[in-house]
Amino acid sequence: MIELDQLSKSYDGGRSLALDDVSLTVEDGAFLAVVGASGSGKTTLLKTINRLIEPDRGTVRVAGEAVGDLDPALLRRRIGYAFQGVGLFPHMTVAENIGVTPRLLGWPDAEIAARVYELLEMVDLPRDYAARMPDALSGGQRQRVGLARALAARPKVLLLDEPFGALDAVTREALGDACRRLHERLGLTTVLITHDVLEAALLADRIAVMHAGKVLAEGAPAELLAGHGDPQVRALMDSPRRQAERVAALMELADG
Amino acid sequence: MDERLAGAFRLLPDYLGWHVVLSASALALGLVLGLPLALAAARSRRFRWPLLAAASLIQTIPSLALLALFYPLLLALSAVSEVTFGHGFRALGFLPSLLALTLYSMLPILRNGVAGLTGLDPAVTEAARGVGMTSRQQLWLVEAPLAAPVVMAGVRTSAVWVIGAATLSTPVGQTSLGDYIFAGLQTENWIFVLFGCGAAAVLALIVDQLLGLIETGLARRTRWRVIAGLAGLVAGVALAAAPLVSFGPQPRAYVVGAKNFSEQYILAELMAARLERSGAAVTRRNNLGSAIAFRAVASGEIDAYVDYSGTLWTGVLGHTDMPPRPVLLARMSDELKRRFGVETLGPLGFENAYALAMRRDRARALGVSSIADLAPRAPSLTLGSDLEFLSRPEWTTLRDAYGLKFAGERRFQPTFMYKAVGDGTVDVISAFSSDGRIAADDLVVLSDPKGAIPPYDAVLLISPRRRGDQAFLATLRPLVGKVPVEAMREANYAVDRDQDKQDPAQAARALATKLGL
Repeated sequence: MIELDQLSKSYDGGRSLALDDVSLTVEDGAFLAVVGASGSGKTTLLKTINRLIEPDRGTVRVAGEAVGDLDPALLRRRIGYAFQGVGLFPHMTVAENIGVTPRLLGWPDAEIAARVYELLEMVDLPRDYAARMPDALSGGQRQRVGLARALAARPKVLLLDEPFGALDAVTREALGDACRRLHERLGLTTVLITHDVLEAALLADRIAVMHAGKVLAEGAPAELLAGHGDPQVRALMDSPRRQAERVAALMELADG
Repeated sequence: MDERLAGAFRLLPDYLGWHVVLSASALALGLVLGLPLALAAARSRRFRWPLLAAASLIQTIPSLALLALFYPLLLALSAVSEVTFGHGFRALGFLPSLLALTLYSMLPILRNGVAGLTGLDPAVTEAARGVGMTSRQQLWLVEAPLAAPVVMAGVRTSAVWVIGAATLSTPVGQTSLGDYIFAGLQTENWIFVLFGCGAAAVLALIVDQLLGLIETGLARRTRWRVIAGLAGLVAGVALAAAPLVSFGPQPRAYVVGAKNFSEQYILAELMAARLERSGAAVTRRNNLGSAIAFRAVASGEIDAYVDYSGTLWTGVLGHTDMPPRPVLLARMSDELKRRFGVETLGPLGFENAYALAMRRDRARALGVSSIADLAPRAPSLTLGSDLEFLSRPEWTTLRDAYGLKFAGERRFQPTFMYKAVGDGTVDVISAFSSDGRIAADDLVVLSDPKGAIPPYDAVLLISPRRRGDQAFLATLRPLVGKVPVEAMREANYAVDRDQDKQDPAQAARALATKLGL
């Protein structure tokens, strides 16, 4: 379980708040998508969980432990993290990239090698990719390796910061599905940051809507899609429906 | 093979060895200091600007001046250390050269180090933190390997600079490939000059290629390239340094100094040859700056050299009066001993005075035969001097005594000064009275009716620590009073002339034979 308790964060000495007294709970095994416009504070929120960003006030607890009391490097080895920039280490092979956290944890070489092949299979990449360098991969393949690297040390928590943002629609959909499958198969607790409400609705169990550093609404996708009292939430959650209606109209036109 | 070329090759093991050892030490020290500083600067924006600015500032100091500045600095430090810890250190030669070149090497290392570390893709550093690396692991596993090719490019630049600038360590008393260049320039031995430039260039090229191999190795992650490059560098340094290392008991080495002109080289060779014949080992320190040479003998870094009474009287002792010649000599010897502990073994028997000289035809056309005649003509004439004359107190005295005011004053390397008066670039020069080129170039020396130019008797000076060394003194004492000006002039000309040149050692042998020494 991940608990965020009254988090606040400002990057400009308090003039504006990236997080404004945010509290949020993610149950074990849940897949939460956080949506919101750029600058709404959703990435800041995610990074407080693995201490890439320290909140000014408030507490984050993962599995009951306050993360502020843990060594950040050790904490991060327990939490999978993948983000839009991927950040594969260009001087390491695919296998070395995937095996980096297990190596930091001191796993034996043979176990790391076996784990690398297991993960390549999980993210649907051929085994012989293990020896490739990152610059020999396509954008989608890189993101798959990034996902494999995040999962390598068998974390119970997976943090995804718009990992599919820079990909084409088809690859994006395939990777989203892969994430969801892995979430279920590995029993993960997943937090996904995205600005794409449709993606959030299709992948997540729960959706949190952020605006100006506050969580305006949190609930099951169907609940939020059905309508919400807050106009900001409604405007955001209506967009997939509007898109779907326009696509349906176009298809009717084509059929007729 | 040409005799001069063969001579150059004979000196190569010594010169190249020192050049390589000096450059390699400076570069290694530059890396040891530069890399942590680059890291600190990459981490802290506040530290970065002043550090890079300071490194750039050092770069703007001409390298020769930087080398020269370290000598007085180290001399002062040595004196402090003498007082504090009871022993000083050598302020001349290797140490000032090493420190100046190290400073000089740091800018490219710092600049590329900072660029390499700050230019990394932020996604990669975020990933390094995200996968759970500590900041130390992030540095060694990610940042260092990724910045390495950029840093190596800086090291290459730095190596080429250092190897080039190391030729300038000759004037502060460190043997290097610059010895060819400085000596060659002074004695018009262009083969030496070209040889020195060529050797330094070839060395720089080889080192650049080996470092380039390491750089590509790091960029493409091919281990053999890195290993081959490193092995090449280590083997090269070892090979070049080998001739400098000698095993077994060493004969006591005397150090003979010389300033930077032919007469000084010849006299140093004359002394060295005598000492070597007596069974002693001799190290030569040629091309010392005029003021550096005296401080070097006073501090015991050289054991003996020849200087000139007028220079010592005004330049070192700071006198402005001009007593008669024997009085000046006696008082000078006395004061040098009292104030610096430097022993004056005695005058060699000739004078090498500053003298104003003109081309004979030009002097005749202007009707000038003395400096007094020259004074009214001076405003339409140009004076050419060596590099230091115009800054010396003797010039001020001379100028004020006759009210000299020239239309222009130009400074030359002595060799080019004679060329300049020969082709009419300048009208009058500050010649040296023992210089063979005065007669050979058909110059006339203008008389000094007011006696404003002090006497410049060549005197043999001995360092305080050799004052009691009877064997050493006995070997050199026979030179006192034995060298007439004609013989010195002839020997100087044999080295300075364009045709049928001798090197200083040959000229010294001829001089010794002629004088029956």
